[in-house]
Amino acid sequence: MQLTQKHQEYWNRNLKITAILLGLWFVVTFVVAWFARELSFSFFGWPFSFYMGAQGALIVYVWIIWYYARYMNNLDNEYGVEEGEE
Amino acid sequence: MFGQDKSIKSFTSQLAKVYGFYTGGFLTVVILLAIAEQMGLSRAWIGYIFLILTVALYAGIGIMSRTNDADEYYVAGRRVPAVFNGMATGADWMSAASFIGMAGTLYLTGYSGLAFIMGWTGGYCLVALFLAPYLRKFGAFTIPDFLGARYGGHAPRFVGIVIAILCSFTYVVAQIYGVGLITTRLSGVDFTLGIFVGLGGILVCSFLGGMRAVTWTQVAQYIILIIAYMTPVVWLSVKQTGIPLPQIVYGFQLQKVSELEVKLNADPKELEVRGIFKQRADDAKAKLADLPKAMTEGKAKLEADLAAARAANDAAATKKAEDGLAKFPKDETAAKAAWAKEAALAARAAPIAAHGEAFAAKDEAARNIAKKNFLALILCLMVGTAALPHILMRYYTTPSVRAARASVTWSLFFIFLLYFTAPALAVLVKYVVYHDVVGTAFSALPAWVANWQAVDPSLLSLSDINGDGIVQRAEIAIGGDIVVLATPEIAGLPYVISGLVAAGGLAAALSTADGLLLTIANALSHDLYYKMIDPNAPVGRRVMLSKTLLLVVAVLAALVAAQKPADILFLVSAAFSLAAAGFFPALTLGIFWKRATGIAATLGMAAGVAITFYYMATTQPWLREMFFGIPRAVPADLWWDINPISAGIFGIPLGFIVIIAVSMVTKAPSVEIQHLVEDVRYPNLKRA
Repeated sequence: MQLTQKHQEYWNRNLKITAILLGLWFVVTFVVAWFARELSFSFFGWPFSFYMGAQGALIVYVWIIWYYARYMNNLDNEYGVEEGEE
Repeated sequence: MFGQDKSIKSFTSQLAKVYGFYTGGFLTVVILLAIAEQMGLSRAWIGYIFLILTVALYAGIGIMSRTNDADEYYVAGRRVPAVFNGMATGADWMSAASFIGMAGTLYLTGYSGLAFIMGWTGGYCLVALFLAPYLRKFGAFTIPDFLGARYGGHAPRFVGIVIAILCSFTYVVAQIYGVGLITTRLSGVDFTLGIFVGLGGILVCSFLGGMRAVTWTQVAQYIILIIAYMTPVVWLSVKQTGIPLPQIVYGFQLQKVSELEVKLNADPKELEVRGIFKQRADDAKAKLADLPKAMTEGKAKLEADLAAARAANDAAATKKAEDGLAKFPKDETAAKAAWAKEAALAARAAPIAAHGEAFAAKDEAARNIAKKNFLALILCLMVGTAALPHILMRYYTTPSVRAARASVTWSLFFIFLLYFTAPALAVLVKYVVYHDVVGTAFSALPAWVANWQAVDPSLLSLSDINGDGIVQRAEIAIGGDIVVLATPEIAGLPYVISGLVAAGGLAAALSTADGLLLTIANALSHDLYYKMIDPNAPVGRRVMLSKTLLLVVAVLAALVAAQKPADILFLVSAAFSLAAAGFFPALTLGIFWKRATGIAATLGMAAGVAITFYYMATTQPWLREMFFGIPRAVPADLWWDINPISAGIFGIPLGFIVIIAVSMVTKAPSVEIQHLVEDVRYPNLKRA
């Protein structure tokens, strides 16, 4: 009933991608908002920080979730832990 | 294996066909109504038809999906395809506050309002990365189910039930209140009656078919609400810029708004109006400082005026003095209320805060406080999103872990469509107000201004403060909700589109209320009764009990909503902070840290909720008055200047700290539980 080394490796890679994507999430949300006043140069009419809060960050969020789903589905197949059926 | 895969594919394409026809049918009805309006159908009838049609539609789906099977009732048979679960989650998620309130908040607060936009979307990253796939693999019915299995024993489950009910109930009261408001606006019926009509729609649906009916109704509701939101904004954008993509082009409108702000702030007429407000506010403050003296002196002066006017035989002056006396506050309580209202005019004396400027405030210290609160609010809303049981529950309904992951992507995509439109709408409407309304003569106002002033002065009221006959920006008092509600008229669209928007708002409120009621009923019937009181209860009795409870909770929530509780927006935000502090640490640590123990989780959840609730109760003026009898005017003793709305900022870390610290000193969880955690981490774990 022990996990194999392969299983452990799968989990570690999962943790790694989770950490990276979480870092990206943190930067577009909190770092940009923290420097909102400094980042207010004009970006197609919007002040940049306003654009990020109203659209840019949202697009990144959708991308993060989409990318994670894709990455993990591939990882499942690679490590043989995918589900048999949908 | 293959056969089942194929059946899911054909199920998905069949669903796509059904909802395709449905969307086409709905659009046809809207067009027919538009034609009927041209031929003279009255506004009241358009309102009734929208109300009856949509509620009947939702009820019809509920009747068609009726079920008594536990799997169907609790998790829609676990075969909802990812795209449709995404739409259902979108409708479940977007409440009346998102649909009607958000664009208004953005109009009123500019950059600060973006905390809601980011907070209510970015939370899905946490759902996707930390919760949805793992909860789906675990595959239970409710969130307390997971807590009970992972942490063992009744205590964690019980605390989970209490938190689930606490946050869902506060939230559902706000939704039913919204249903009442919109029904009243749509059909003109009495508020309380409106609540119960809407309630009927909610109940037929979730009562008969549980999660199954709620899911398919929510998909239908999503389609209506997104059409209703987009139509007027796109049209308004075409009118202003010639391009039907408001989200892409409103940057340039924002630039124009910023230029107008600068111009208006320097305008001498604006300064004059603001000066008058400041004077009135200062006078009122002086009177409030010494109430008895102001009462006697004020009255004496009016009486002297009256006597003088009568002596001079001046009819106009006599009338004025008599009116003044009639309106003069009768006693100190009345005087206090009247003058406090005058003193609040100080807000209207302030210059326009730039829409696009972040943390606009008078000095560096105030800006830092604004920044701190902005970040804290985003965090609370995000973590709360990833902890509200009615949302997490939805990911139990997908056919697989893979589908759960895809489903979060679709959920956020469908939510994103509305959320990235709301800031555009706010800017476009602001441009209309600054450009078209300000500067026109009071005698030549656009028709929609007069209409809305008549409907509800708290939403829009204009008064010629300096008496020059021209509208100044400072003379307009605007309520946030009007931004969405009046857009069709501002854009010059027929009334049928206004009806559509109200129907969209109703769909948003009903769908959220459905999901929340189901969560509460299931927490009571499944978790409390079946898992803790009578584990031998047959399926039929459990489902029946859930349905009965649904009815009781719904009526209870309606009764609370009918009291029109003071602060709806606060109730909604409170639900987020409570859920964030209560559930998030226990759920994530339960998955990512095998060592987390049951006692620790129980204490951590309780501590997180307790401190959050304590902070709200001691700092939020309305709660403070209710619990401790402290008058609202007394300034609150804030911790690090954090507003009560973000109370979760203290509860979330405390929850983590308590769980980690207590786990370290208690016995590690059993091997079975550690195996459960491992199982949850792999979509399909074949052990060596």
